[in-house]
Amino acid sequence: MSANTVTAGDPVQFYDLDEHAHPEGHSTMLGFWIYLMSDCLIFAILFACFAVLGGNYAAGPAPKDLFDLPLVALNTAMLLFSSITYGFAVLQMQQGKVKGVQLWLAITGLFGLAFLGIELYEFHHLIEIGATPQRSAFLSSFFTLVGTHGLHVTFGIVWLLVLMVQLGKHGLIAANKRRVMCLSMFWHFLDVVWIGVFTIVYLMGVLR
Amino acid sequence: MSADPYAVGHDEIELPHASMRDYVIGFVLSVILTAVPFWLVMERPFSEGATAAIIMAFAAVQIVVHMIFFLHMSPKAEGGWSITSLTFTIIVVVIMLAGSLWVMHHLNTNMMPPHDVSQLP
Repeated sequence: MSANTVTAGDPVQFYDLDEHAHPEGHSTMLGFWIYLMSDCLIFAILFACFAVLGGNYAAGPAPKDLFDLPLVALNTAMLLFSSITYGFAVLQMQQGKVKGVQLWLAITGLFGLAFLGIELYEFHHLIEIGATPQRSAFLSSFFTLVGTHGLHVTFGIVWLLVLMVQLGKHGLIAANKRRVMCLSMFWHFLDVVWIGVFTIVYLMGVLR
Repeated sequence: MSADPYAVGHDEIELPHASMRDYVIGFVLSVILTAVPFWLVMERPFSEGATAAIIMAFAAVQIVVHMIFFLHMSPKAEGGWSITSLTFTIIVVVIMLAGSLWVMHHLNTNMMPPHDVSQLP
């Protein structure tokens, strides 16, 4: 015990209790990446559901009867264009051009809206001809998986609009740069999920 | 005072660096890797099984292309933690997908009554 006890005569030792400087947001990018990985698990569960239930038509319509591949191709093109235009926004940011960032973000948002519009048109068409989520396990899992992706795109667009306002107010400050990069990850991640959707849901669906 | 912690100001946060070249390469590869599967399924030059294998392979390659050129993923990003968490996630996803399909396939083949429409209530 005596070795651990400080007596009046001993030199006083200080342990390093002071926090070092943690620049604000130094771990935001990694944290956001880990959030995306957890989001990836949500989609993996929905993909597993679709893989298991996708063949249960309950004597209802099959993918062959429902899916319009040219429309899906157009939808995929919209999302792919929005990915490269977001890339241009990031490049403008690296050059410090706030107006350019806002312009390319706006174009990205328009492509995102076009994607959502086409998806909603498809959903509306399916529901109108009676292929509702209640019709079969295949359609339940289809609407859940594709709908969840669509919701992510919707919130991505909301974030995009908020970011444009923030950029307009504060310009390219460090916090805004970080936000642009986080939304970049989110947006490109949604495109990665869409690769799985169009391959497994639409192409493999029409194929089987 | 090069070791001064406050020298690392707010602007010094390391953000991944993107280049026009990366985005253009990624975009061109993505267009090819998207267009070919759609064409294969619409025109059907190959058998069903071969087409399925090709489009799955193309999707896997396109995901890697997006990771590298759009998400700027590299073994060095964030001191290796990004790739570590990605690897962990991929392992979990593979176990879950393969496990679900395996279990449900066996359930379907072993537990389902024979498909005889006349026996349905």
